[in-house]
Amino acid sequence: MARMKFLCDAERCIECNGCVTACKNENEVPWGVNRRRVVTINDGVIGAEKSISVACMHCSDAPCMAVCPVDCFYRTDDGVVLHDKDLCIGCGYCFYACPFGAPQFPQAGAFGLRGKMDKCTFCAGGPEADRSDAEFKKYGRNRLSEGKLPACAEMCSTKALLGGDGDVIADIYRERVTRRGKGPEVWGWGTAYGPGKPGAAPQAGGKS
Amino acid sequence: MKRLVVIVAAAALAALGGCMEVQQTATPQKQGKYQGKPDTAPWTNAPLAYGDAKWSKGDQAGWENQIKQRNVVQNEYKRIYQ
Repeated sequence: MARMKFLCDAERCIECNGCVTACKNENEVPWGVNRRRVVTINDGVIGAEKSISVACMHCSDAPCMAVCPVDCFYRTDDGVVLHDKDLCIGCGYCFYACPFGAPQFPQAGAFGLRGKMDKCTFCAGGPEADRSDAEFKKYGRNRLSEGKLPACAEMCSTKALLGGDGDVIADIYRERVTRRGKGPEVWGWGTAYGPGKPGAAPQAGGKS
Repeated sequence: MKRLVVIVAAAALAALGGCMEVQQTATPQKQGKYQGKPDTAPWTNAPLAYGDAKWSKGDQAGWENQIKQRNVVQNEYKRIYQ
């Protein structure tokens, strides 16, 4: 079973915001809501500037799902965390719980009205008929049902942002880092991937 | 006297009727369980008429294979050299 994941390579991200634009365009996300954004640290410091594209990480044990008082979140069979906007009451608990700041709330009107939560759907739509107008209006486009991957990852010009089956994108990233001439000296490499080579079968009892 | 008792009892019952707890949700809520509408899996759809996606409606393995093929396009080493 494919487990959908995002992986952003900070060595490659050039802060072009192409992923943000692709997401906005593909899903017709309203003004003020950013399902995806690019975070930069050490901005302007030569050699130390790093950028990373952040959205909902579709956590395996999602805190938003745990704190939701109306239980409007669910996880699909392929590991995408989605929610039902018809149930959402816009309380904002998920926003406080999420370590990535993924849940967004449309704000309109003079009194700071907070609408129903909106977040990255991994381009998987939501609990409406697939590819229907209702699904598009509430959740955006359902690219997974079309056999496609999220627009942000497919649009990324430097392929810093990888999205799709977690095992496959981990293989891509591993091969890339090895070709860069990096290996065990990379921070966390051994912890994350073990001592194996790209494409090699995982160790017995190891987790992919 | 008996009639008065019956009337008082009926009035008391009617008055207490407003105190009962009415179910506020359409379906009984189970804490920690998803309460929303069911969603369908992406592989339950047929591929678009145009495009190169190939899997048959309901074929989960075929859809996963399509996603993996699409994933490989993100690997420029494979895309360029093979």
